[in-house]
Amino acid sequence: MSVFRRDPFDPDQSLEHQHHAGCMHGASPVDGADGSQGETPQCSSTSCHGEHEKAISTEDAISHAVETAVVKAIFGQSDLSRRKVLAAAGAGVVAEIVRGMFPLDTAKAMAMEVGKIEKPDLSIGFIPITCATPIIMAEPMGFYEKHGLNAKVRRASGWAMVRDWAITKEVDAAHMLSPMPLSITLGAGSPKVPFYMPAVENINGQAITLANKHKGVKTAKDMKGFRFCVPFEYSMHNYLLRYYLAEGGLHPDKDVQIRVVPPPEMVANLKAGNVDGYLAPDPFNQRAVYENAGFIFKLSKEIWEGHPCCAFAISQEFAKTYPNTFLALFRSIVDATAYASDKSNRKEIAKAIAPRNYLNQPVTVLEQVLTGRYATGMGGIGNVPDRIDFDPMPWHSMAIWILTQMKRWKHVDTDFDYKTVAEEVYLATKCNTLASEMGYEDRTETYAKHVIMGKEFDPAKPDEYLASFPINNL
Amino acid sequence: MNPKTWRLPSDPKWWQAKILSVAILVALLGGWQYATSRAAFDPTGMNEEELMLLEFNGDIVLNDAGEYVYNEEKTSGVPGPLLVGKKIVEELSNPFHKNGTNDHGIAHLIFYTVTRFSIGFVLASIVAILVGVVVGLNPVIFNAVNPFLQVLKPISPLAWMPLLLYTVQKPTLTAILVVFMASLWPTIANTAFGLASIDKDYLRVSRMLEFGWFRRLFTVILPAAAPAIVAGLRISFGSALVAVVPAEMLLGELGVGYLTWIEWNNLDIAGVLFAILVVGFVGFLMDALFSKLSKAASYAT
Repeated sequence: MSVFRRDPFDPDQSLEHQHHAGCMHGASPVDGADGSQGETPQCSSTSCHGEHEKAISTEDAISHAVETAVVKAIFGQSDLSRRKVLAAAGAGVVAEIVRGMFPLDTAKAMAMEVGKIEKPDLSIGFIPITCATPIIMAEPMGFYEKHGLNAKVRRASGWAMVRDWAITKEVDAAHMLSPMPLSITLGAGSPKVPFYMPAVENINGQAITLANKHKGVKTAKDMKGFRFCVPFEYSMHNYLLRYYLAEGGLHPDKDVQIRVVPPPEMVANLKAGNVDGYLAPDPFNQRAVYENAGFIFKLSKEIWEGHPCCAFAISQEFAKTYPNTFLALFRSIVDATAYASDKSNRKEIAKAIAPRNYLNQPVTVLEQVLTGRYATGMGGIGNVPDRIDFDPMPWHSMAIWILTQMKRWKHVDTDFDYKTVAEEVYLATKCNTLASEMGYEDRTETYAKHVIMGKEFDPAKPDEYLASFPINNL
Repeated sequence: MNPKTWRLPSDPKWWQAKILSVAILVALLGGWQYATSRAAFDPTGMNEEELMLLEFNGDIVLNDAGEYVYNEEKTSGVPGPLLVGKKIVEELSNPFHKNGTNDHGIAHLIFYTVTRFSIGFVLASIVAILVGVVVGLNPVIFNAVNPFLQVLKPISPLAWMPLLLYTVQKPTLTAILVVFMASLWPTIANTAFGLASIDKDYLRVSRMLEFGWFRRLFTVILPAAAPAIVAGLRISFGSALVAVVPAEMLLGELGVGYLTWIEWNNLDIAGVLFAILVVGFVGFLMDALFSKLSKAASYAT
């Protein structure tokens, strides 16, 4: 998350460099969107994240955003003329003039004013995995409080439980897997309830873990006959594992077994030799290494760099009944996600979410996951800083990709229009507006071309994409 | 073999059994500790890098003397009694804490479970005795309802859970209703059976004395059927106690069952053992309490 905090009155700073989506998003979606090929990430993680300054308060962020908007309005979109004028007249003088001309303080107050929160006491369901980091850490680190909410997180022990809690209003909002709001809205595998997915919780953050006895495995072909686990039917875990196997020439329903198992049981099963491997959320990949039960075969980011993983979900009914509460909650999540994306905060976050009330895991395991410096289980130490990363943007194109895979494996049998469903559920535009209002990265597009295992996915042509797979259940 | 040579000592001293109990316990704990103990960590033959990796993965830690030892926090397999003891002390030393929504002290957890259990059990008992009386007093109804009871009785109370969750939607209420379902059928069946098989002379006598219906119910019928009703309640009690723990596990409701499950989610086997001990202890206490109550009830007859 490139956090935007530049002084608009400083002639030495450019206001233009706020659109660097490629940084956060490995697959450089902006490049893809404007026609050029999104190949490798544009900036290396160090140059990108080196720009991050210490977190500042939302008030400051809003104040900056308002000043910038005013300065931009005065000088037009030409950044060059602004810098010339400022350099010639002196930043202080111009700032005085602008502040005299325009009631900046009033504008800031207006921007900051939040409507009355209808329901400050909230309960948010989560599954104890590192993907839930922004939702969880927002409680101990006070992000909900900052936005006027008294939100408590409530731990569920499985995805079906969190889904049922969300549907029956036992919780007001929930941590879900990014395909779940889509499947619930379509009524696939559950009652049909319209949901919103305002934000993605994390990107990357999963891995294929294999039992120690399979250290010789090199490719998907070597996994024929394996017994795998995934945490939920409608999950990125399931779709990425299926994709990986199918690209390697194995049919996920015929050549291997894939069963749904809660993550903690996966580690125990791996230890007992009941399963050969799994594609699971962390910390259970790292936990398998910690337990000396398995090794990390492939990080999910090696399958799809920057893929969405978990999500923040809320029923459309709640969002419409309590719009201000929803907005405040949305803001807290975007804020917390931005904080989590800053790698210098990761150690502190690992400590905050380790206690029993949240993840109930050894700090060292969480630290290895979040910092990306980890024991691989194969006798080495891996160093992948964006092993898990955080970016709230729920790209519409991601939703379409998930929908194509749901169709591919016959997880939905109803007919639907990709674009309509994606835009109804994934609130990309709203997330983007909110993030830029709060001074975070501004994006203009909500569709991007993604590259998954070297194969390009064009969201404009889902049916052609679907038809291009030799292995499917269609 | 002549059975007469093999019998209990005619006059055992009170302390004989106690000493034997303690000896069994010591032997069990000693065997357990022996089976789970492992040799001290031996770093010979390992290079710097291997040691560093072991330390990074949390297998070993540096002790005060600057030597590597196995990380005590991390056990492979079942932990020994010392480790479990440490966990028990740790949990019991702070039984009333509340750290947020998901981390409540053991005293709170026991309280939640006992409350949930009591509400479900008491409600079910009232309903079951009423239904049982109606069914038991009328042979036509008894014969009509009996087949249903026979089918409903063996259904595991947990099998009702998805349906309950679907209809009432609240997990809190569902947990209570699972207990309710678990304790309903045995009491109904036993009450009905007890009433149906009352000595008919009692009823004839009460009719001769021209007792009213209520007086007959409370002074003759219920006392006569009390042993059967209490037996039914006992069976219900046991099956409800069995149902409450998995219901809490499945529903994510705070309680001792929940404790078992989160310790398992954390793969903390010492914690799981502690939770199992708590479940056993709570069950034992409640069962003892119930025995006292039921004895008082049957004494009244």
